[in-house]
Amino acid sequence: MLTKNLKAFLAAALLILPLTTLQAHEGESYPHAGNDPYNKASLQRGARNVMNYCSGCHSAKFVRYNRVAQDLGIPEAELKANLMFTSEKTADTIRTAMSPDDARAWFGNVPPDLSLIARSRGTDHVYAFLNSFYLDPTRPTGVNNTVLPGTAMPAVLSDLQGVQTAVFKSEEGAAPEFVKFELLRKGTMSPEQYQEFVRDTVNFLEYMAEPVQTTRRDLGIWVILFLLVFTSFAYLLYKEFWRDVH
Amino acid sequence: MAIENSGNAQGRGLRAWINARFPLDTMLKEHVTEYYAPKNFNLWYVFGVLSLVVLVNQLVTGIFLTMSYKPSAADAFASVEYIMRDVDWGWLIRYMHSTGASAFFIVVYLHMFRALMYGSYRAPRELLWIFGMLIYLALMAEAFMGYLLPWGNMSYWGAQVIVSLFGTIPVIGDSLAEWIKGDYFISDITLNRFFSLHVIAIPLILVFLVVAHILALHEVGSNNPDGIEIKKHKDARGIPLDGVAFHPYYTVKDLFALGIFLVAFCAVIFFAPTFGGLFLESPNFDPANPMQTPPHIAPVWYFTPFYAMLRAVPSFLGTQVWGVLVMFGAIALLFFLPWLDRSPVKSIRYKGPITKAALALLAVSFVVLGYCGMRPPQGIYPLLARIFTGVYFAFFLLMPWWSRLDSTKPVPDRVTSHAH
Repeated sequence: MLTKNLKAFLAAALLILPLTTLQAHEGESYPHAGNDPYNKASLQRGARNVMNYCSGCHSAKFVRYNRVAQDLGIPEAELKANLMFTSEKTADTIRTAMSPDDARAWFGNVPPDLSLIARSRGTDHVYAFLNSFYLDPTRPTGVNNTVLPGTAMPAVLSDLQGVQTAVFKSEEGAAPEFVKFELLRKGTMSPEQYQEFVRDTVNFLEYMAEPVQTTRRDLGIWVILFLLVFTSFAYLLYKEFWRDVH
Repeated sequence: MAIENSGNAQGRGLRAWINARFPLDTMLKEHVTEYYAPKNFNLWYVFGVLSLVVLVNQLVTGIFLTMSYKPSAADAFASVEYIMRDVDWGWLIRYMHSTGASAFFIVVYLHMFRALMYGSYRAPRELLWIFGMLIYLALMAEAFMGYLLPWGNMSYWGAQVIVSLFGTIPVIGDSLAEWIKGDYFISDITLNRFFSLHVIAIPLILVFLVVAHILALHEVGSNNPDGIEIKKHKDARGIPLDGVAFHPYYTVKDLFALGIFLVAFCAVIFFAPTFGGLFLESPNFDPANPMQTPPHIAPVWYFTPFYAMLRAVPSFLGTQVWGVLVMFGAIALLFFLPWLDRSPVKSIRYKGPITKAALALLAVSFVVLGYCGMRPPQGIYPLLARIFTGVYFAFFLLMPWWSRLDSTKPVPDRVTSHAH
């Protein structure tokens, strides 16, 4: 009986397994962002980065200040003094001071809301995007981005990262192919420091996209452990009842 | 372990009072304690019960989601995020529902494959099979309409693509598509009616069909891996010799199977709720935007085999309706299965190599088509989709011949089973 069940189980597994290996591939693959949603210090730094460098233009309209403070262990006084620029009430969500009409006039479109950006684009994509600005005099902002060519976003982090130029290899008749970045002018941060800065930022963006992520994973371990115990007892019950079936 | 026969219409107390007015014990006996199922069920036989569990999961979590969800184009996306962030345990309820949708199709596909292997659709179970197929149809409608409700960008464009399929039907197509949408494009009106159908109309139909499916099953009795009728051999009391009472034998066995299923189900909910973009697609974390299509529009995985068939058929005579016909034909063919199979035996155990190869090819073509349907129609995928669409249709259309041609082995008189 066991071998027959095992065979049936293997056949079932073979039928489902191909599904698990499929991934909804979207475009190119990027290097891993390498952020850790369990690292609270990193998340706090990320919150500081996002509030100081991003929230001027980008809203995060599903994220509440007090939830961030609570989840990341930030005292309320510190929250109000250092992280809240457009609102007084801690129960508010993160809004930007820039009106959509102004945004359209200044940048050509409204900067996307950041609440879910890490989930819709992926953390690796955002990480690569923030690393890939380069000088391009043909653009109104003076910069372009290899991850999102033609982006309306200016290189707001160039003070920290420095100014990059991009080297392209162009062959006859083919579209130019990106080779590498070269640092034209140094920023206030070393390349390593900047990587950490972006990693923290992406970490906080991932937190904002799913604040419950770490709770979910921690709880999941207990749920699975309980189910394993439950299943063991169910197995014993099954064996006991079926003893008299021949 | 000996089981006492519970339930007695005579006697006193609440139970007797109820039984004098409602057939409680009679029903319990007929469908639970004295429903005799073959004792040789294997693992393939748990997916029916599991689909019932998932149905209940969808109904219960659906009720709670509906308490906080707002079915309007202006509020729908934000209300889902409200559920994910502000509603106590809302994230868990939502993930249970979204994972449940995919789990439903996994268990139903395995349940259907079981029926294919052991000939569970053969006489006298044709109607049982047809009720099952109607459940599958209702389930697809339910999943399609539910997918629009989060009002993400993939929700929006997926619905746009599927509804536009109806527009390919000659003469009435455009007005039909407009009638379905209630507007000239997918709009607030479409969202509202899909919500209504998703939470009331189709669940009602589903539950009714499930009841009919189970009644039909209990009328004819369950098939089994040997594909023989256990009712042929009964003891003096009229109980099949190879049958065991559904309760407690199969309730405890199913409880064990449920435990294993829940481990997998909860592993997805707690550790990979998007399942790598398969169960929750990344473009759906952007709100619906009629001005911007996602980079690549594909339905959720459980529809992709049929989506691949749709795209595999080129348009000719100036219309694309052929692909739509092929897609719906692929589902319609399943209804005729009981009359396509001409083999003298039911179970794959006693069929020959042709059946085994054909069934394996069908499973492979379904998986390959599913994969093709997820990918953009470039490179090798359109060719693969065409080949395996052919294989899929050949399985059914040529079945009357290959099922008769195939060799068979002698079928035993009694079920083959081993002591536990």
